[in-house]
Amino acid sequence: MSTALVRVAHLAIGFGETVLQEDATFEVEQGTIFAILGPSGCGKSTLLRCLVGLDEPRSGTVAIGGVEPGPTRSGRPRFGVTFQSGALLGSLTVEENVALPLQEWTDLPLDAIGGIVAAKLRLVGLQRTEEQMPAELSGGMRKRVAIARAMALEPDLLFLDEPSAGLDPVSAAELDELILELNRELGLTFVVVTHDLESIFKIAGSCIMLDRATRSIVARGDPRLLRDTSQDPRVRAFFHRARQEVTP
Amino acid sequence: MTPSFTIQRIETGADRGELRLGGSLTLAEAGPLWEELRRLESSAARGQSLDFELSAVERIDGGAMALLACLRAELQRRGVRSEFVAAGERVQRVVHLYGGDARVARLRSRRPLGTFDQLGRATLAVLREVQLALAFLGQMTASGVALLRSPRSANWRELPATMERSGADAVPIVVLINFLVGLAMAFQASAQFRRYGANIYVADLIGISVSRELGPLMTAIVLCGRSGAAFTAELGFMRVNEEIDALRTMGLGPMRYLVLPRTLALVLVLPLLVLLADVAGVLGGLVVGVWNLDLTPRGYLNETIRAVSVWDVASGLVKSVVFALAIALIGCQQGLATTGGAEGVGRRTTAAVVTTLFTLILADAALTALFRLGGM
Repeated sequence: MSTALVRVAHLAIGFGETVLQEDATFEVEQGTIFAILGPSGCGKSTLLRCLVGLDEPRSGTVAIGGVEPGPTRSGRPRFGVTFQSGALLGSLTVEENVALPLQEWTDLPLDAIGGIVAAKLRLVGLQRTEEQMPAELSGGMRKRVAIARAMALEPDLLFLDEPSAGLDPVSAAELDELILELNRELGLTFVVVTHDLESIFKIAGSCIMLDRATRSIVARGDPRLLRDTSQDPRVRAFFHRARQEVTP
Repeated sequence: MTPSFTIQRIETGADRGELRLGGSLTLAEAGPLWEELRRLESSAARGQSLDFELSAVERIDGGAMALLACLRAELQRRGVRSEFVAAGERVQRVVHLYGGDARVARLRSRRPLGTFDQLGRATLAVLREVQLALAFLGQMTASGVALLRSPRSANWRELPATMERSGADAVPIVVLINFLVGLAMAFQASAQFRRYGANIYVADLIGISVSRELGPLMTAIVLCGRSGAAFTAELGFMRVNEEIDALRTMGLGPMRYLVLPRTLALVLVLPLLVLLADVAGVLGGLVVGVWNLDLTPRGYLNETIRAVSVWDVASGLVKSVVFALAIALIGCQQGLATTGGAEGVGRRTTAAVVTTLFTLILADAALTALFRLGGM
């Protein structure tokens, strides 16, 4: 029996007069790390925005856990999302950022929320940063805080938009380790949008690759297998360029 | 100073010529290089051939190569055959890098937009703005209703800080501006009143015009520049920085979390600031009355109290509530509609200030007419 957590069927996406993808269909299995790959401008981030309900697709359906991607009837979100820049609220401290969804969606007293926040920050390797402002953190630390905030309400599913963008190789590798650990230990499902193949080869069990010219999915499966066996020239060109970039 | 390059035009046949370049071609000497190249190639006509002979070039940098490639393309478009020839291995690599050995593409002439095209695009842009504003008002109304049903759902934590920034911090500038407005008006009026021996009526003029009209309007204009622009810039930056999207994914709508507290803060502080503005304006008139019109402070204030009715002050307060709504809602709507980067924030902030000022004047005129028609 299929254990798909995310089901996407015949999705068409775009903005203005530009069509980015015409008929995207795929599934994300529960407990896996799934990557959405492709060159810049192919619609990866737009697809993610449609998956999490921030943008409306032109046609097609998205189902997360069998229902549309919006929040629950009460408004409580059913999954976590992190954005390319981290998107922490600049006027709040790290602690206040992570506490925000808990204050909104639970009846816990402040000291209990503080305990949860401290535990989440410890989980992402950021002890003793509670009082710091986002502007005082490095790019990698901001993304870790964003992951802690996205995990605050204990979702089963996390969407990450370009998690390693703008990070140095060490910070990017640490973030990869964190994602793997959260997947392995907590069983979290990740949908990761990226063009950082080094990271994808390390963490993703399966992927789809979007193509800009044909506005379609041109490959799907294990990214390492695709790299080694795909005969599609677009897939080979994409992986070859990326391998040149990451191999000294 | 002698340039480090050489150029010669050599005629190699009836319709064939070469530009022989030598030495070091660099961007540092681009000016004289370009001037000399243009002088030598200007006589080349359609059907002729003019090649760039590079065998004596010792060094060429990217900037100089870009100039040569640009000139070759221009020659080919004029119908002059032109190629780079006899380049050494290193120079040839630069030629290849800059497309000097590639076919020159035809320039596509871009047709300028016609009047109807421009009109159509402008109309669509206006309709899009109207659609955004209506969607914003719809969401705002829905959030307002939800707030009435469940007052705890609002983001009250931000209210005191916003009230302080928009209200308390604006007191000095509001008081100063309204004091000076009262002072200037009293000066302008004093010459006329003195001519008719009606000095005391300057208190009536200042009291009524400040409380009904100038106090609310000047205060609203100050708040438009201070708080309205700040709301747009704050929300615009949050939008550009994906913070608004992050709030949405956490189930915290921007209306409830950001717009309502800001709107409520302005609706609460603007009437209070208008009361202060009224007092400051009257004091400005008092200064002129005492020093320029030989009135006593007591006489001036008694006349003001006699002339200004409760409704005069109340009508100013009613206006201030409408002005507060306009400033906050337009500022927030423009902020949430921001796209692009820093330039988008600047554009929306400008649009917010201009739209708000226009709306304030329009609302003021409409309310004044309404009150007068209603006999108030």
